[in-house]
Amino acid sequence: MDFSIAAILLQDGITSGAIYALLALALVLVFSVTRVILIPQGEFVSYGALTLAALQTQKLPGTCWLLVVLGIACLLADSVRVLRRPGERRQAWRTLPVLAGRYVLLPLALLAVTQSLVLHQGADIPLWVQVALTLAIVTPMGPMVYRLAFEPIAEAGTLLLLIVSVGVHFAMVGTGLLMFGAEGSRTTPFSDASWSVGGLNVSGQSVWVLGSAALLIVALYLFFDRTLSGKALRATAVNRLGARLVGIGTAQAGRLAFTLAAALGVWCGVLVAPLTTIYYDSGFLMGLKGFVGAIIGGLGSYPVAAAGAVLVGLLESYSSFWASAYKEVIVFTLIIPVLLWRSLASPALDEGEA
Amino acid sequence: MQTQDRHDATALTVSAGGRRAGWRPWFGLVALALLLAVLPILPHPVRVPEYWITLLNYIGLYALVALGLVLLTGIGGMTSFGQAAFVGIGAYATAFLSTQYGISPWLGLIAGVAVTGLLALGLGAITMRLSGHYLPLGTIAWGLSLYFLFGNLSGLGQYDGINGIPVLNLLGWHLESGRSIFYLIWFCVLAAVVSVQFLLDSRVGRAIRALKGGSLMAEAFGIHTGWLRVVIFVYAAVLAAISGFLYAHLQRSVNPTPFGLNHGIEYLFMAVVGGVSQVWGAVLGAALLTLLQDWLQSLLPQLLGQTGNFEIIVYGVLLVLLLQYARDGVWSYLTRWLPAPAPRALGPAPALPQRAKPEAGALVLEVDAVRKTFGGLVAVNDVSFSVRAGEIIGLIGPNGAGKSTTFNLVSGVLRASAGQVRLCGERIEQLSARAIARRGIGRTFQHVRLLPGMSVLENVALGAHLRGHAGVVRSVLRLNRDEEARLMAEAARQLERVGLGSLLHEEAGSLALGQQRILEIARALCADPILLLLDEPAAGLRYREKQQLAQLLKQLQAEGVSVLLVEHDMDFVMNLTDRLVVMEFGTKIAEGLPQAVSQDPAVLEAYLGGVDEDTVVEAQA
Repeated sequence: MDFSIAAILLQDGITSGAIYALLALALVLVFSVTRVILIPQGEFVSYGALTLAALQTQKLPGTCWLLVVLGIACLLADSVRVLRRPGERRQAWRTLPVLAGRYVLLPLALLAVTQSLVLHQGADIPLWVQVALTLAIVTPMGPMVYRLAFEPIAEAGTLLLLIVSVGVHFAMVGTGLLMFGAEGSRTTPFSDASWSVGGLNVSGQSVWVLGSAALLIVALYLFFDRTLSGKALRATAVNRLGARLVGIGTAQAGRLAFTLAAALGVWCGVLVAPLTTIYYDSGFLMGLKGFVGAIIGGLGSYPVAAAGAVLVGLLESYSSFWASAYKEVIVFTLIIPVLLWRSLASPALDEGEA
Repeated sequence: MQTQDRHDATALTVSAGGRRAGWRPWFGLVALALLLAVLPILPHPVRVPEYWITLLNYIGLYALVALGLVLLTGIGGMTSFGQAAFVGIGAYATAFLSTQYGISPWLGLIAGVAVTGLLALGLGAITMRLSGHYLPLGTIAWGLSLYFLFGNLSGLGQYDGINGIPVLNLLGWHLESGRSIFYLIWFCVLAAVVSVQFLLDSRVGRAIRALKGGSLMAEAFGIHTGWLRVVIFVYAAVLAAISGFLYAHLQRSVNPTPFGLNHGIEYLFMAVVGGVSQVWGAVLGAALLTLLQDWLQSLLPQLLGQTGNFEIIVYGVLLVLLLQYARDGVWSYLTRWLPAPAPRALGPAPALPQRAKPEAGALVLEVDAVRKTFGGLVAVNDVSFSVRAGEIIGLIGPNGAGKSTTFNLVSGVLRASAGQVRLCGERIEQLSARAIARRGIGRTFQHVRLLPGMSVLENVALGAHLRGHAGVVRSVLRLNRDEEARLMAEAARQLERVGLGSLLHEEAGSLALGQQRILEIARALCADPILLLLDEPAAGLRYREKQQLAQLLKQLQAEGVSVLLVEHDMDFVMNLTDRLVVMEFGTKIAEGLPQAVSQDPAVLEAYLGGVDEDTVVEAQA
C-alpha cells in the first residue's frame, strides 16, 4: 500500500464513517428518549435511497402507498383510543376529522402530488425537488411506526422494546422487497464536480456527505442545547416520569425522536445512493455499523458515538483493502472487544434496584 | 434446501403435548412419546405422508433451539438473536470433519458441541455482566460475523457450502430416510425438554428463575448470578449446536443461509409465539411457526404476484402485535383450560446440617468506625456499634441519616471506605454480598423482593441455596432428589416457624404485604443465619400486622436469633429492641436502651427537627 492508496482509503473510510455517524446519532437519540434500540433505522436509509431512485426513473415509489397504509392504521389505532375514553369521546367529532386529515389526507395529497410530478414532469424534476419529496414521503413513517409499534408498550422493558424493534425491522425489510424488488439502484450524484487535492481525487458527493454530516451534527447540538423541544427531549431522556410531571408529553417526545431519526436515515440514504448500489436490505447493515459506533459511545454520548462510527468507517475501508472478503467479519467482530471494554469500564448494575 | 421444510400438517404432536401440564405430569409426556413412536410406522391407509414427516423433523429441530431460548429469555431474562449461528457451528463442525477427514459424525457432534460451548462461554463471560440490551446487541453482531465467516472461508465451501455429508449410523442402524432420523430428532427434543424441566425444578433451577428478579436479592442468598447467566447461555447454545448437528445429517448438506441473523430472529419468534416462559411453549411455537411459514409461502406469492421472502412481513407484524396484546404466548392459553398440577407432597426428610451458633451474649457483629464517602459526601461518618448473640438491635434515624447506607455496608451491597465490620471476629467489610451470605448473614429487603410467580415454599427454599450442593449436571440427571427433599422440608419448617405453614403452595405474589414481609423473614431464616438483618420490616404494614411482626421477632429472639433492624417507626422499635442506635447526617448521635434514647435531647432534636433553644431547655426541664 502506498500513500495514494492509503489516502483514497482514508477518504472512503471518512465518507462512509460520516454516514455511520449520522445513523449512530439517530440511534443514540432514539434510545435515550424512548429506550428503543432502533434496529429498523437502516430501513429508512434504504427507503430513502430507493424512493429517490424510483423518482429518478419516473416511477411512482411504493413508499407513497405505504405511507397511506400506515396513515390509515394510525387513524384506526387513534380512533379506537379516542372512542374508548369517555372524556375524549365527547370531543370525537372534533378530533377525528383532524386525525383523518393528518394521517390520511396528507399522505393522499402527497401521493397525488408525486403521481402528477412523475407523470407530467418526468425526468425534468429538479434534483432538490426529488430530494425534498423523498424526505416528505419517508420521514413521516418514523412517527407512524412509533405510534403503531412502540407507543402502546412505551413503559415496557428495554428487552421487550428491542424484540418489538426487531419485529418492525422484519416487517419493513419485507415491505421494502415488495415495494422495490430485489434489484439494487443508484442515483445521480448531487454534484459532478471533483477536485484534485495533492494527487487525491475528491468527489463532489463526498464533500456533500462530509459537509452535511458536519452541519447536521452542529444543528442537532443547537437543537438540543437551545430549543425548547430539544430540551424537552433531553429531559425525557434523563427521567421519563419527571418529564411527564413537568408537562412534557413523553409520547410526543418519542414521536419527535422517531421523526428526527427517520429524517436522518432518509438523508443518509439520499447521500449514499450515488456512491454505492442500494438494495432493499442494504440499510440494515449500514444501520448496524452505526450501532457499533453508538455502542462504542455506550449509547449515551453523541460525540463519542460519532467518533466511534467514523472509526468503524475507517476500519471497514482499510480491511476491505487487505481482506475484502472478511470486511464484515472484522467490523462486526470489533464489537466484542468493545463490549469487553465497556463491561470493564462500567460497574455491574443491579437492574432490579429502582 | 430451505424449501424442504415447508409442508402442511396438523399440529398433532402439539395437541398431544398439550395434555401434559395437568394433574399427572408424566402421563402426557409418555402419551406424546408413544404417539411420536408410532407415527412413522403407521400402515398404509393411515400412513403419514413423507411431507408431514419432513415437516415434523423440522419442527423438532427448531424446537430444540427455541427450547434454549425459553431457558435464556423467558426464564433467565436474557435474549439472543444469534442462536442460528450456534446451530451453524454444530452443523459445520460435523459437515467439515466428516467430509474432509472422514471422521465419524459422532466425533463431529462432540467437536461441534465443544466449540459452541467454548465460544458461548467466552461470549457469555464478556457480555453477561452488562445490563439488558448489550447482550442482544452483541448477539446480533456475532450472529452476523459468523454468518459472513461461514460464507467466506474456502475450507467451508464459501457460500456454496458443503455437500455429501454422510448418513448417520446409530449402532448399525442407518438413519438415511426422514422416517428413521425422525426418531433421533424427537428423542433429542423430548430428552431436552425433560432435562430443562428437571433443571428448573431444582436448587439451581430456582436460582435461575431468581435471575429475573434482579441480582440484588439472588446475590444476598449466595447465588452467583453472573456465573448462572453464563451457564444457561452455554446450555442454550449447546442445544442449538445439537440441532445443527441433526440438521446437517438430515439435509446431508449445509450452506450459510439458514444460519444467518434472520433465522436467529425467527427462533426467538418461535419461543415468543409459543410462550417464552414455558418449556412446552418452545415446541408449540416451533410447530405453529413452521406451519404458518409453510402456509404463507404458498399463499403470499399468489396474493402478491411475485416471489420472495415476504412471510417476514407477516412475522414482523405478528410479533409486534403478540408482544402488545399477548405476551405470554399461545401455550398459556392452552394451559388455562387444564387443571393446575398438584403440588408435590412433602415427605419426611432428614434435617439439613446447621452451622455452629455463637453462645448467648457473645459478640456477633462489630461495626467499628465504619465510614462511607460518595465523592465529597460523607454518608456514614465513623459509626460504631455492636450486636451480641440473642439481641435485637434497632438502627434508627430520620430520613437521610445514613441508616440504609450502614445497612448496605454490613450486608455487602456497598464497600466501606474505611473502618471495619466484623462478623464473629472475621473482617467482612470488603467482601461481596455473596461471600457475606455464605458467612451467615440473612437479610430482608425494604421493598419486598419475591418471585411472585413461584410458590411460597419455593421462594423460601431459595434462602437455603447455600445449604444445598447439587449442580447443573446432577439436577439434569435427577440425582438431587434427596437433597431437594431436605431443602423443601427445611423451607416448610421455616414457614411453620413464622406462621405461614398453611400457605405453602400459594403463589407468593398473591399474599398480602404483611405476609410477604414475613415470607422474606422465613427465607432469610432458611439460610440458617447467625445474624438476621431486617431492612424497614414494618414499612407499609397496618397496625395489626406490625403487632404480629413484633410478636414473631420476639419469638425468634427467644429461640436465640440475633437481629439488627433498620427502622423508621419509633413505636415499633420502642417495645421490641434491646438497644437502639440513632443516626443523623451519617453520624451516630445516641445509643442505649430504648427508654433512655427516647429521652435523649439530641435524638429529640433530630426527630422533631429545627427546635430552637427555648424548647430544648423546656424539654430538658
